[in-house]
Amino acid sequence: MRAVLTLAALAAATLVASGPAGAAPGTPKDPLAAYGYHLYGQYCLACHGPNAAGRFKEPSAASGAGPGRAQGQQGGIGPSLQGVGALAADFYLRTGYMPLRHVGLQPRRRRVFLGEHQIRALVAYIASFGGPPIPTPRPDLGNLSQGQALFTEHCAGCHQVVAQGGYVTGALPPALVLATPRQVAQAVRIGPYVMPKFSRSSISDRQLDSIVRYVEFTKNPTRPGGWGLGYVGPVPEGLVTWFLAIPALLVLCLILGRRLRS
Amino acid sequence: MTRRAVRWVDQRTASAPLLRKALRYLFPDHWSFLLGEVALYAFVVLVATGIYLTFFFVDSTKEVVFRGDYYPALYGQRMSEAYESVVHLSLAVHAGLLIRQTHHWAANVFIAAIVLHLFRIFFTGAYRKPRELTYWLGVTMLMLALLEAYMGYSLVDDLMSGMGLVIGYSVGLSLPFVGQNLMNWLFDGMFPGSANLWPRMYIAHVLIFPILIGLLLGAHLLLVALRHHTQFRRKKAQTERTIVGVPAWPGQAPRSLGLMVGTAGFLFLLGGLVQINPIWLWGPYHTYSSTNGAQPDWYLGWLIGGLRLMPGFDLTIAGYTLVPNPFWGGAAFPLIVFGFLYFWPWLERRFTGDHAFHNLLDRPRDAPVRTAIGIGMISWVFLVFLAGASDRVNVTFGIGYVSQIWIYRVVVWVLPVLFGFVAWWTCRELQASEVVVQERHAAEAEARLARMRRRHEPPGDPGALES
Amino acid sequence: MSRVRNAIVSGLVLLLGRRRRRRPSEEETRLVPALPPNPAAELAVLGLLGLSSLSAVGFILIYAFADSVPAATPLLGATIGLAFLFLAAALVVVGLKLVPTEEIAEEYPPHEHPGEQQVIAELMDESGTRFTRARLFKLGLLGAGGTLGLAALAPAVSFGPLFHVGDFLRTPWRRGRRLVDENGKPYKASDIAEKDFYLAFPEGTSDEQKNQMAASLVVIRLPPHELHLPPHLKGYDANGILAYSRICTHAGCAITLYRAPLFQPDEPRPALVCPCHYSTFDPATGGTVTFGPAGRDLPLLPLYVDSSGYLRAKGNFDGPVGPSWWGVRLWKAQP
Repeated sequence: MRAVLTLAALAAATLVASGPAGAAPGTPKDPLAAYGYHLYGQYCLACHGPNAAGRFKEPSAASGAGPGRAQGQQGGIGPSLQGVGALAADFYLRTGYMPLRHVGLQPRRRRVFLGEHQIRALVAYIASFGGPPIPTPRPDLGNLSQGQALFTEHCAGCHQVVAQGGYVTGALPPALVLATPRQVAQAVRIGPYVMPKFSRSSISDRQLDSIVRYVEFTKNPTRPGGWGLGYVGPVPEGLVTWFLAIPALLVLCLILGRRLRS
Repeated sequence: MTRRAVRWVDQRTASAPLLRKALRYLFPDHWSFLLGEVALYAFVVLVATGIYLTFFFVDSTKEVVFRGDYYPALYGQRMSEAYESVVHLSLAVHAGLLIRQTHHWAANVFIAAIVLHLFRIFFTGAYRKPRELTYWLGVTMLMLALLEAYMGYSLVDDLMSGMGLVIGYSVGLSLPFVGQNLMNWLFDGMFPGSANLWPRMYIAHVLIFPILIGLLLGAHLLLVALRHHTQFRRKKAQTERTIVGVPAWPGQAPRSLGLMVGTAGFLFLLGGLVQINPIWLWGPYHTYSSTNGAQPDWYLGWLIGGLRLMPGFDLTIAGYTLVPNPFWGGAAFPLIVFGFLYFWPWLERRFTGDHAFHNLLDRPRDAPVRTAIGIGMISWVFLVFLAGASDRVNVTFGIGYVSQIWIYRVVVWVLPVLFGFVAWWTCRELQASEVVVQERHAAEAEARLARMRRRHEPPGDPGALES
Repeated sequence: MSRVRNAIVSGLVLLLGRRRRRRPSEEETRLVPALPPNPAAELAVLGLLGLSSLSAVGFILIYAFADSVPAATPLLGATIGLAFLFLAAALVVVGLKLVPTEEIAEEYPPHEHPGEQQVIAELMDESGTRFTRARLFKLGLLGAGGTLGLAALAPAVSFGPLFHVGDFLRTPWRRGRRLVDENGKPYKASDIAEKDFYLAFPEGTSDEQKNQMAASLVVIRLPPHELHLPPHLKGYDANGILAYSRICTHAGCAITLYRAPLFQPDEPRPALVCPCHYSTFDPATGGTVTFGPAGRDLPLLPLYVDSSGYLRAKGNFDGPVGPSWWGVRLWKAQP
């Protein structure tokens, strides 16, 4: 919360610094997008810069007392959002990935910070720069088995074959239990943080439907053998061996080894 | 009725003297003496469930297309016949999954029980003369059990087992001077080997290794019986020369039978209620596919830890690679651990000069140095084992993997020494407190005796007791 | 139902009681000490045995109707497991409460048997007195035994190419061979996008051949200005497209992790990572190891783009594919 407030304060400061408030040149005409523009100034501007153009650290050689240096000290840098479209804006806001706590962190799923109307407004504002629309995956059209195979080829290396999340040096690919079909489809096309960005030539929309269908399946996979243990294999199984089976057998040994007291 | 049956058997087998002895064989009393029995009974369950599984398993890596309508998530995928047969066994054969899961749980428990049994043997000094042979057979069985379990895990040919197999292959390949030839020979070519590999591994898993383990187990038990059990000195009557215990019949038999049936019961309960290795979720293996979070079963966790902890280098001298990296964590590490286990009785004798017969067990505190070395060794292996799960720890608890690896690289060498020292110190303290207690008891007894004497000795009549 | 069970139980108790009453005369010569009956424990055992049979019957019933029973495996496991556990409980009660538990003392077997040792040694020694050339005889025996043992082991050599290890360096790649995807569709250079990664095989390989370690590739594209290939790998990329062996040089797992930062200034650099032990390779510098246990760079396959825009191999890998073995660095990958 505090971090967010800091970000908001920073944003306000930058707004004042970067141009005349009020009738800014980039204000969209659509009222929803205009509200989004307002919110953008509040929450996003500090990192993503005016007009969603992105902000980069100035090279240290270009020293001086200019605004660049001031920005560098603020540390707020983020990619350009021009052309990412409603697809990315919707994803980042609805997963709680943005606003980010600190620059450079891996975005993590958190409680969504903004209200429904605010999200719609921000998405409309970002969409006004162009870019792909929000996708509508159709898992019902996908093929589960193909989805499994595609997921194994493209996703399992990081997200684990039953989408329970994993590790890659430098980042933690999340489990996909909470990812909605739409978010899965969005993430495949965006490649958030260090995730690859899959083009349509690599994963077609129809294939994506299959992958989404498989991800839906992994949220409650076939579990004929009892307690599922999180579907990650041997680590929890070892824990059950040592903390359930062995203690039970030790108790039996203790009962049977207790002799000659009666 | 009983008498007639006994007569019938004796007349035909002349075994009455032997049977009589066996029925009155003595079992000294302590719960920890039952750990080896748990391992034995888990082995019985393994054999029984394993036989059932062989009726369904197909030992072929021939590629087929999966056409089981009972599991749409793999329908139409290419996979080996071996994997297909296990998916079929698990999902389409009544009670097939129960038996497979029980088999797998039994394997996990089998090795856990062997390890606990080994700890008991080590810390009580039960391996000392005259039982070194029994001990060496046991350590050999542990090694065979690890290999046996690894082959069982690999045979299924699912994604995880394939990844495990290629890691084992790489470890074999990394053996200096012989690795490449050896693996080429075993696998009949470079990984993934020829069509001969699966029948080979299958027959090793279901015939050669079980028979080997069974034979060694028989020899192990025979040796135990010939030299009789060791015992703690819990009663005055228990000495190096005299064993005190409950006879096999009638005292011990129902208990041991109960333990056997109970072990089976727990294993079947787990086999039905807790899912283990859901191979239908992992999908088929190809050399070009893999998954995050792939781990071996717990008993090989120490090896994956060793592999992960090694800094990245192949030992290379003047452009000639002598020792590839997987050798250190995957081969040298277990060789050191097993080498230690094999040589320990000899080492201890060497340093203590103790060549005596031992039927009485030490308590861990009675041999502080042994206990310290044992604790140090166990904590060394255990810390490496923990390092093997550091990726899942990162996923679950958010402690960075890279920092964990660096911490382990240090801690693995420091903590065992520390733990060993603490164990040694604790043993010494326990011993010292015992001495204090004994001295107090002795002093109290003496005082009591003196009081009694004073009370009963009529003053001035020293000759009264004699008359 | 319960009345029937009570009848059976009381009948059994009666039967057992009758037998005990029949032999009071043996009392003095008993081996096992006589203890008073414990009817409560006896009843408990009978009850547990009954429960065990009930569970076993339950198992059979569930097995018989497994098709129409949801969650058949847990129910099967619960019933058979309980059947065993009730039986175990019965045996425990028998062991602790019904069977007399006597403690007996007995001598340990003697440390050794000098007399028998003497006899055995004499038997061995005296049987051989007719052999005058004992040492030569032993040598001959050793020779025969040893050679026979070797002869018995010799056929095991045909298990696999023990001495022909050249296959390790054979790869299906040669100059001009196109890169295709899993379905055999050739890759065009324009198909390969930045921040994406692709699985590729040599054109015209069967499904089985795709499993060869040297067959599979991970193909990526980096912006040319980010490439810093070492001198001996100059020209291995095709306009920033790089084809690495998919098999980790550490323990042979498939490299299915591509770390592709969305916003490079803030995020970890691009890397190829193996999920088994997290060996991390830098694709921009020719597959050098940046973290993890791998001891050798990831082999790189040189590429070119043909006139129709297809990706083709320009030659072979710069080093042997797959996990390392002793002497690996002396060898070169061969077609």
